[in-house]
Amino acid sequence: MAERSRPEGCALVTGASRGIGAAIARSLAADGWPVAVNYRSDSDGAARVVTEVEEAGGRAVALAADVASLEAADELFAGAESHFGVPVLALVNNAGIAADDLISLLGDEEWQRVIDTNLSGAFRLTRRALKPMLRARFGRIVNISSVVGLRANPGQANYAAAKAGLIAMTKTVTVEVARRGITANAVAPGWIDTDMTAGVESALLSHVPARRAGTPEEVAACVSFLVSEAAGYVNGAVLAVDGGLAA
Amino acid sequence: MSVTTEQVESRVVETLASFGPDVSQITRDATFEELDIDSLDLVELAQVVEDDYGVILKGEDMKELKTVGQAIDLIVSRAE
Repeated sequence: MAERSRPEGCALVTGASRGIGAAIARSLAADGWPVAVNYRSDSDGAARVVTEVEEAGGRAVALAADVASLEAADELFAGAESHFGVPVLALVNNAGIAADDLISLLGDEEWQRVIDTNLSGAFRLTRRALKPMLRARFGRIVNISSVVGLRANPGQANYAAAKAGLIAMTKTVTVEVARRGITANAVAPGWIDTDMTAGVESALLSHVPARRAGTPEEVAACVSFLVSEAAGYVNGAVLAVDGGLAA
Repeated sequence: MSVTTEQVESRVVETLASFGPDVSQITRDATFEELDIDSLDLVELAQVVEDDYGVILKGEDMKELKTVGQAIDLIVSRAE
């Protein structure tokens, strides 16, 4: 028996003012989802994403919150649900930061800050998201992990731990709530052309089997699929979008 | 907020019935196990209770609950 069709809901994408998150917000809006575009500090970027969505005929709202804060989940869900008048039934945990250093030099603050944003923030948003999703018997959670959650990269112990943690959390959510029509999947981007990778040596591209960087849109297309009704039986998966880097 | 046991009982029975069991089976003495009410159902019941009565049931509260009557009594005592 296939699951019933999607009830009315909206999508929330964290860290969506630029890069991969912005592309995901645009893509989900093009799929017909009203989209809450979360940002921490880049209000201009978030406003730009909202304008782009609206010019393409979609609906979006920019919502400020630092996902590392304990209040962010309630603020974001209340903001999205009051703006669109429907529950959040698709959550994309994309917000992420990096604070790289060799582990011998990595400070407690750099460790904690990355874990708080990239992992604990996703946990609190997921916990909050399950309320409306359980009621609706439908939900889509996509956690944006990373190739470094699958394959080691020196200088990123904190980032890798958070991103691998996201994969383990994703799988746990799946086994807890799959019977309620909710899916949780992870996407593991490799080298994607964004502000975050702008300073990285391009010589590293020789390690990518595809010999090029990916685009935010290529990641967003995978997220759109995982959020779609067609992906209702894809659950607890990790989809690498990395030009073969983790292969 | 003051709620009566009857109000809570009718809300709990209605919510539990939405998870599958027939209303006639949902007596105070019925256990969640007999009713085939699982842990996720109880999570949802807790949400309903929180929304309707402002009563927050935590994991440790839920673990102690075996029967419908115990759940009703706990909710009523917390709502007082």
